[in-house]
Amino acid sequence: MWEYTDKVMEHFLHPKNVGVVENPDGEAIVGSLACGDALRLTFKVDDQGRIVDARFKTFGCASAIAAASALTEMIKGMTVDEAAKLTNQDIADFLGGLPKEKIHCSVMGREALEKAIAHYKGIPTSGVEEKIICECFGVTEDEIARVVRENDLKTVEEVTNYTKAGGGCGGCHEAIEEIIARVRAEARPEMAVPKLTNLQKIRKIEETIEREIRPQLQQDGGDLELIDVVGNRVLVATRGACAVCQMAHLTLKDFVQAKLRELVWPELEVEEVSK
Amino acid sequence: MKRVYLDHAAATPVRREVLEAMLPYFTEGFGNPSAVYDLGAQAKEALEEQRAKVARLIHAHAEEIIFTSSGAEANNLAIKGAALAHLKKGRHVVVSAVEHHSVLNAARYLEKFHDFEVTFLPVDRHGVVDPERLQKVINPATVLVSIIHASNEIGTIQPLAELARRCREQGIIFHTDAVATVGQIPVDVQELGVDLLSLSGPALEGPKGVGALYFRRRLRLVPQIHGGIQENGRRAGTENMPGIVGLGRAAELAEIELPEKGPYLAQLRDQLKAGVMERIPYAIYTGHPERRLPGHASFCMEGIEGEALIFMLNAKGIYANTGSACASKALKVSPVLCAIGLPPEVAQGSIVFTFNQDDGQEDVAQVMDHLPQAVERLRSFSPVWRKKMAAVSGG
Repeated sequence: MWEYTDKVMEHFLHPKNVGVVENPDGEAIVGSLACGDALRLTFKVDDQGRIVDARFKTFGCASAIAAASALTEMIKGMTVDEAAKLTNQDIADFLGGLPKEKIHCSVMGREALEKAIAHYKGIPTSGVEEKIICECFGVTEDEIARVVRENDLKTVEEVTNYTKAGGGCGGCHEAIEEIIARVRAEARPEMAVPKLTNLQKIRKIEETIEREIRPQLQQDGGDLELIDVVGNRVLVATRGACAVCQMAHLTLKDFVQAKLRELVWPELEVEEVSK
Repeated sequence: MKRVYLDHAAATPVRREVLEAMLPYFTEGFGNPSAVYDLGAQAKEALEEQRAKVARLIHAHAEEIIFTSSGAEANNLAIKGAALAHLKKGRHVVVSAVEHHSVLNAARYLEKFHDFEVTFLPVDRHGVVDPERLQKVINPATVLVSIIHASNEIGTIQPLAELARRCREQGIIFHTDAVATVGQIPVDVQELGVDLLSLSGPALEGPKGVGALYFRRRLRLVPQIHGGIQENGRRAGTENMPGIVGLGRAAELAEIELPEKGPYLAQLRDQLKAGVMERIPYAIYTGHPERRLPGHASFCMEGIEGEALIFMLNAKGIYANTGSACASKALKVSPVLCAIGLPPEVAQGSIVFTFNQDDGQEDVAQVMDHLPQAVERLRSFSPVWRKKMAAVSGG
């Protein structure tokens, strides 16, 4: 069974604001029956720009209904500009969280809200040129790129959980992987630190060993000596108690390597060389 | 609120008589059947008795039964074990489009790691495999054909004897996943003419964690669990004696009760079907209308999504199943519902009820007290249902 929170079940079994606002100021339909989820959102705005009524209709699972109910409850009383700042995470949080496979329900809520606000503001939706990536669930490139960017997604599976894209025939998995790679490449800030020369590496490692590592090892009667640096490989020899200790391997990986990665450069690998 | 549990295909309580037979084997009857002293000999004797009971239920010989940990393991042993033992003949296997995942993924494993070619055989709108179609895809390189006896999702029973005959004529090994049928309808391996047949404990109201594979005498199988020489070297691992005794006792009871159980379950099923079709507009009865499991009623409710319906019924103490994408962790619509040609939005409204003999007419009545309202309520939430209805009544 899904681990739905009590709040999700409450909003599913007794949803608030089911229906359609008459003469709505903002309106949108997102999703489609074929995708298994569809949401129609309508709202009414007063002359102060505040949302005074919001209603929904949903075709979908328990959490899709709960997310839509939550959304309408949340935006009632907000100004349109406040509502525009809501994220899918806010909707999920309002419900006390959603199972990871169901996050797409909150994403659908945010999409509907965005589209309905655009409709209210008279901004034409840019739906014409959008490139569909997942044919089964009709998910566009922009939608996928956006959830990857906003939620720091790394795998196709995560994208499926957020948008359903890739959950059907699986034919678009490669395309999704490309989008993930592209977005993540864009997002990665330029390496602040220029590449270290070997001499700089050796100096920094020696400093770090001296300052952070040796004092710890010596407490247990052990010691460590830097032998060489080859690319990302940091070759060391253990001395004293470490040289005969069964746990030295763990110490090297969990402590020495972790420390050096943190303070020198993150891709290094510590290796022990025989004495 | 009375609990009405109608998801027996997913899990079912172990029968009291079965549990009682099992209990001594956790404690005083703990001996290892491989041990040479008297405690071992007693366990070995009990083990062989169970083998005979399971064999009798399906009209096989005792030495043709291998105990496994589940129906899924039996399917894996049958497909991988038989295919890999006959590599010299070829590397082609055929499975239907309505198989259980343990069959589909075992076949995919052969495809991926052993260069097999796998043919997925389509079915008609009732989920039936056409023997003529099977005949067309088998060839001299075909080693194995695996067709499910009955689907747990749509209840359809396959024309197994006819399908098996086509394979026998060509010297092709025929396996069937009979997890859904053994214990529900009479199953006779001689009449069906199959070479391999998988069954499992829960379908017989026995315990989870035990299953069995029938294999025709002298059929070669490569073991899938390597180790000792238990099960004549075909399946290693110390025998799960309590589970096996449970399976044996359940098989014994099934043999006695089947003649009455089938018609009884069929009557409950038909009562539910009649109620649904009469009171819920736009409900589709999925699977074959007649050739189906007696205790199995499956529907698709247009305009709604199955997972929401399950939870709505759950709130009323009613338990059922669905093949909706939203209920699966992979967010995929059931491949079986796709294979019978249902459009995805209709498949989303899937709901499945499976009965056992402890259920009665009052349970069906309780379902009918809540199901129509639940469907109607969810349809009232739907952004498209009113439009669809307007279009229907308007034009």
